[in-house]
Amino acid sequence: MPLTPFDVGGPAQPMLSVSGLVKHFPLKKDVFGKGGGVVRAVDGVDFKVFKGETLGVVGESGCGKSTTARLLMQLIIQDRGELVFDGQTVGGSALPLKAYRRQTQMVFQDSYASLNPRLTIEDSIAFAPMVHGVPQGEAVARARDLLARVGLAPERFAERYPHELSGGQRQRVNIARALALQSRLIILDEAVSALDKSVEAQVLNLLLDLKEDFGLTYVFISHDLNVVRYMSDRVLVMYLGQVVEIGDSETLFNNPAHPYTQALLSSIPTLDPDRRTEKPPLAGDPPNPINPPAGCRFHPRCVHAQAICSQQMPVLANTAHGQQVACWMHVAGSAHSLAPAHSSGLAPEEVA
Amino acid sequence: MHITIDPKKLPEPVMQRSAGYWQTVGRRFLQEKVAVAAALVVLVLLVLAIFGPWLAPMDPYQSSMLKRLKPIGFPGHPFGTDELGRDMLTRLIVGTRLSLFIGITPVICAFVIGSFIGITAGYTGGWVNTGMMRTVDVFYAFPSVLLAIALSGTLGAGITNSLISLTIVFIPPIARVAESVTTQIRGRDFVDAARASGAGAFTIVRVHVLGNVLGPVFVYATSLIAVSMILASGLSFLGLGVKPPEPEWGLMLNTLRTAIYTQPWIAALPGAMIFITSIAFNLLADGLRSAMEIKQ
Repeated sequence: MPLTPFDVGGPAQPMLSVSGLVKHFPLKKDVFGKGGGVVRAVDGVDFKVFKGETLGVVGESGCGKSTTARLLMQLIIQDRGELVFDGQTVGGSALPLKAYRRQTQMVFQDSYASLNPRLTIEDSIAFAPMVHGVPQGEAVARARDLLARVGLAPERFAERYPHELSGGQRQRVNIARALALQSRLIILDEAVSALDKSVEAQVLNLLLDLKEDFGLTYVFISHDLNVVRYMSDRVLVMYLGQVVEIGDSETLFNNPAHPYTQALLSSIPTLDPDRRTEKPPLAGDPPNPINPPAGCRFHPRCVHAQAICSQQMPVLANTAHGQQVACWMHVAGSAHSLAPAHSSGLAPEEVA
Repeated sequence: MHITIDPKKLPEPVMQRSAGYWQTVGRRFLQEKVAVAAALVVLVLLVLAIFGPWLAPMDPYQSSMLKRLKPIGFPGHPFGTDELGRDMLTRLIVGTRLSLFIGITPVICAFVIGSFIGITAGYTGGWVNTGMMRTVDVFYAFPSVLLAIALSGTLGAGITNSLISLTIVFIPPIARVAESVTTQIRGRDFVDAARASGAGAFTIVRVHVLGNVLGPVFVYATSLIAVSMILASGLSFLGLGVKPPEPEWGLMLNTLRTAIYTQPWIAALPGAMIFITSIAFNLLADGLRSAMEIKQ
C-alpha cells in the first residue's frame, strides 16, 4: 500500500464535498417514556472545501462546529448525508474509511487529553504510520523529522512525556502527529483556542508555513473571529447546526450578509473609530437545539425578523457580493419586505 | 563593569533523556516511608513463603502430647506450641507459603479475567457493556463472604475449590473498576486521535488503553489481596479450604480457637500474621496508587 496519498481529481475538484450532513443525538427517555427528544446538532449542512484553501468555520458554542469536525473525521457517523473526498465517496468501495483516514487528520483543542500520557511523544507520532504498515524504525525516524519541522528539537523532546511539555509544545506535537500520515486535509478543531495569545500566534504561523510546505488543505474551526480572518481563504458561519453564510473571507468580513454574521462581526472589539458600532451586540442565548424555532432558526434573535422568517426555512442563495447566505432578505421576490424585487441582489447594509 | 562570557564555561546544553514512567514511579514510591516499610514487610513474607521450609527450626507436623499449648517464650519454642504440641514458630513460618498462595492466587486470576471483562465492556460500550456489567452486578450484589462460602460449599471443600470460589468473588469488583477506568479513557481525545489514524479496536486497546487502565486496576487488585487473605483464612476456618494438618494461618486460627481461654496469646498469633500481611498489602497498594498518579 503506498503511504503517500495522491491527488485524484486535479486541482479543480473539491478536496471535500459535504452534502446534506445530518447528525441528531437522541436524548434518553425517562422511566415514563417521556422526554425522548433529539438534539439536532448538525441539521443539513452542505459545503465544499477546495484544494489548498483554508476554510474557516465560526459560530457560537453549541452551534455544531465540533460535531461537524467529528463528522468530517468520521469519528461519529452521520445519520444522513454524504462526504465525497476528491471525487470518491467516503466509506465507499473506492475509498474505505481506513484509506480516508490516511488522507484526513485532525488536531483537537485539548492538547493534553489528545496525547496518551503513557507514550513518549515520538511514539505518539509514530503510532499512526505504524498502523498503516510503516516499520517502527522508519516511523520513529519520520516522527523525529516532523518534531524538528514543528520546531521541537528531536534530541531534546522525542523521548519526553506529554506532561513534561507546555501547552504550546504539546499542540506542536499534535500537529506533527496529524502530519505523520502525510495527509492532505487537516481539520483543526479549536486547535489554538486553549493557548495563550503569544503562543497562539506562533502556532498559527507554523500552521501557515506547514500548509505551504506540504500543500495542505485546512478546515479551521474556531470561535475567534480575528484568528479565522487571519487564517482563512473562505469562511463558513454556522448557527444551530446549519450553515447561514459562506463566502470568501474578505467579502464576508467586509460585507456580511446574514444578520447573524453581522451581529457576530459587530461583537469583535475594535480600536478603529470608523468601525465602532452603536448597534447592540447579539442578545440572549441561542435557542435550544432540541426544539429549534420553526422557519429561519435565527428569527427569534433577529432584528429584521418578519412573518415569513418564522414560517419558512431559507436556503443558501447567492448575494451580489458573491457569498451565499440563507436569509429571506436576500431571496429576490420573497415575502420579506427588505428582499430585492428581482435577483439583482441588494446589499444588506443598504436596507438595514 | 565589563562582562565577558567564556563559551567554554557555559554549562553544556541539557540533552536529557527524560526519566521513564516507571523510573519516576519508583523515585516517588521511595519517598514514602510507610509504603517502603510495607514493601519490606511484603518482601520478608515472600522470602518466608519461598524459603520457609528451610528456615523453620523444626518439623511443622511433629506433635508432642507432653508439650501441648506451652506459652510464648517456652524453652525451645519461642512462640509456644499449639494444641497438638507442634512448634508455633515453625508452623507460622511454614504456613506463610500456603496462606499467601491462597490469598494471592485468586486475586491474580480475578485480575486477568476481571480486567478482560471490564476493558471489553468499557471499550465496546452500548448494550454489550450494559449486558456484561449487569451480569457482573448480579454477583456483586452478594456480600463477598457469603458468596465465597456459598460457592465453596457448592464446589466442595479443598484448596482448588476455594481458589475458584475466591476468584469468582473478586472478578466483579475488579471488572467494575476496569470498566469505569476504561470508559473514562475511551472518552479521551487521544483515543479519538488513534481512531482517526485508522487503527482498529484491538490495536487501540493494546497501545492506548491497556497502559492507562491496568495500572489503576493493578493497584486496586493489590488492595484486594488483604481481603482475599482474610476470606481464604475464613474458608479454612470453616473447614472449606485447607485441610488439617497443613499449616495455614486461617486453619490454625480455627483449630486454636478452643485454646482462646487457656493460651489467648498463642491463639492470637495466626490472626496477627493475617493482620500484618493484609495491612502490609494495603499500605503497599496505597503507596503505589499515589506514586503512579500522573501529575499534569
